[in-house]
Amino acid sequence: MSRHTLSVLVENKPGVLARVSALFSRRGFNIDSLAVGQTEHDDISRMTIVVSVEELPLEQVTKQLNKLVNVLKIVELDPSQSVQRELMLIKVKADADSRSHVLELVQLFRARCVDVAADAVTIEVTGTPDKLEAFVKVLEPFGIKELVQSGMVAIGRGARSITDRSLRALDRTA
Amino acid sequence: MTERMTGAQALVRALEHVGVDTVFGIPGGAILPAYDPLYDSTKVRHVLVRHEQGAGHAAEGYAQATGRVGVCMATSGPGATNLVTPLADAYMDSVPIVAITGQVASASIGTDAFQEADISGITMPITKHNFLVTDPLDIPRTIMEAFHIASTGRPGPVLVDISKDALQADTTFSWPPVMQLPGYRPVTRPHSKQIREAAKLIAESRRPVLYVGGGVHKAGASDDLLRLAELTGIPVVTTLMARGTFPDSHRQHLGMPGMHGSVAAVGALQKADLLIGLGVRFDDRVTGQLSTFAPHAKVVHADIDPAEISKNRHADVPIVGDCKDVLGDLITALENSGRQGDYTAWWALLDGIKETYPLGYDEFEDGSLAPQYVMERLSALVGPDAYYVAGVGQHQMWAAQFVQYENPGTFINSGGLGTMGFAVPAAMGAKMGRPESTVWAIDGDGCFQMTNQELATCALEGVPIKVAVINNGNLGMVRQWQTLFYDQRYSNTDLQTTRRIPDFVKLAEAYGCVGLRCERPEDVDATIRKAMEITDVPVVVDFVVHQDAMVWPMVAAGTSNDDIKIARDMAPTWESDDE
Repeated sequence: MSRHTLSVLVENKPGVLARVSALFSRRGFNIDSLAVGQTEHDDISRMTIVVSVEELPLEQVTKQLNKLVNVLKIVELDPSQSVQRELMLIKVKADADSRSHVLELVQLFRARCVDVAADAVTIEVTGTPDKLEAFVKVLEPFGIKELVQSGMVAIGRGARSITDRSLRALDRTA
Repeated sequence: MTERMTGAQALVRALEHVGVDTVFGIPGGAILPAYDPLYDSTKVRHVLVRHEQGAGHAAEGYAQATGRVGVCMATSGPGATNLVTPLADAYMDSVPIVAITGQVASASIGTDAFQEADISGITMPITKHNFLVTDPLDIPRTIMEAFHIASTGRPGPVLVDISKDALQADTTFSWPPVMQLPGYRPVTRPHSKQIREAAKLIAESRRPVLYVGGGVHKAGASDDLLRLAELTGIPVVTTLMARGTFPDSHRQHLGMPGMHGSVAAVGALQKADLLIGLGVRFDDRVTGQLSTFAPHAKVVHADIDPAEISKNRHADVPIVGDCKDVLGDLITALENSGRQGDYTAWWALLDGIKETYPLGYDEFEDGSLAPQYVMERLSALVGPDAYYVAGVGQHQMWAAQFVQYENPGTFINSGGLGTMGFAVPAAMGAKMGRPESTVWAIDGDGCFQMTNQELATCALEGVPIKVAVINNGNLGMVRQWQTLFYDQRYSNTDLQTTRRIPDFVKLAEAYGCVGLRCERPEDVDATIRKAMEITDVPVVVDFVVHQDAMVWPMVAAGTSNDDIKIARDMAPTWESDDE
């Protein structure tokens, strides 16, 4: 199975997330990661969905997604032609002895320390899933107390925008 | 022009504007505000049914008989959940219906209020789309959008859930509203390159089959199908949802494919080198075991729903479009190419199969009634201009096999979902949509006991349908599987209705209908004629038939179409066919 990143533009309306996620589960697909948020246009939300699936079933789920009335557009983002990022917040044990080691790793990974307590620090890090995985690995020996991770967000490289044409469709009906 | 009115008045006015003449429903607390202006409407007739499931199936029957959108209405909570089965049924069979439900007041949504159910959440996977309306200003536009979505593209059910406070509140009304559906753009025009590819494959093929589904009649394209078939000379099979789309009497028609299809239709698909699938979805009941379905065939697949194409079987030539446009373009392309396939050897083979393995059945030596005989006589005496509406099970398959259909849309049944109890309410809806036509429900004794309460509606509302109950005292299709696959262990399939509990004749009379009974082959014609003579009230005929009659041919579930049986342990011998 291969990982695919879908950017799904949807109408910014209540219940749309439920429609999309329910469609994946009832057609038998597991979502690896999902992120939803505003776009530059108030009426459009953008979902970034990562699924592990073969080519043929992916085509089927994309067609089913397209049938949802609130879905405006679906684009599959090629990892080599797009920027893909996840955000992670990690609370690591760090007392006077180990803190400098931890902070060194924070530097190396271009992460940021966002909170410090007597025996722990909280780190913010963004990057590709590979980078985050590597970062977690090097922090593990210190003792990870808590970890939270966002879904992946992704955007295509270059000047082209995937929202342009969908905006025109919205304008026509407005 | 903008007028002041309540949300409920706006709802009724919007229904009038989109052309609704009949609504099937039952009032209740949350929808009550809508029933008040409905009482005054001179354009919309509300039919008070006895169960919301009946309202939903009646809307389906109305929609299928007329081609217009069927409408049902129910209150919140249990009223709405009783619509779930018909909505799922309409979703599977692509029937355009709009369900309008009342919802608890918007301030109470999410509080587990009395008769609250999240019906838009519940019906999300079984509707084409649904709406929850809490602002009265949105009512007219939502109704317009709901009817547009239900009736265009691949048709389907749409639910509009309206909170009670939105119905009660004062609002403004103006018509027409502007639809806001930026994400809804069904493709209807086929791609010309794909049409050329399809025409090329057709001209090159030696063993093509037109595999015709419900989408052809839904597109109003049965005439175009006839033209294409006669232009090319290609054999035609019609699925359960397409019975009548191509005349049964036509010499190019091989019958119905699938689990209980004719040997000729099933054999043609298995031996074909090209399937031209039109408005079909390669359903498992047609393909049998998918990996061995039509193993030698290339596939041209035309459907208005892109998600159906290559879903189950890879399409070599995918065509997204309305079947009317697809057929028209294909005919033009084939005429222009001037090429004509040579199907002489193909027809020799198929004619041989057709002649050797016609549909048939055994009579019973004890003089009891064979259900297939009832179908044959119904077909002969009632004729092809009537509508036949079946439930689900053995009687449905016999109705599909032994009634001769000549006109598109004259066989209405529950195909994809297989909903027992569909026939009586759907026949009621069909009769209301086509009052000038004769409508026969063909039902089983199991099905009939699920929804026969709508006979009261028929009797009181002046809807003189006719019901042929094929009464074998059992859940017949399940019993057939127990006979074949469960060592004749008849676990919970004996309904004992042949013991007259209930007595269907008395039951019919209790509902203000005429009840007739027929138990012997020699009485069948006279009974049907008598039923035909009664045109002012509904008629129920209890045809008491032998419980051991089985539906043949049969492809056992999950097995290959190649293993079709024409009777128990009897397989057809395929003639050698110089492959």
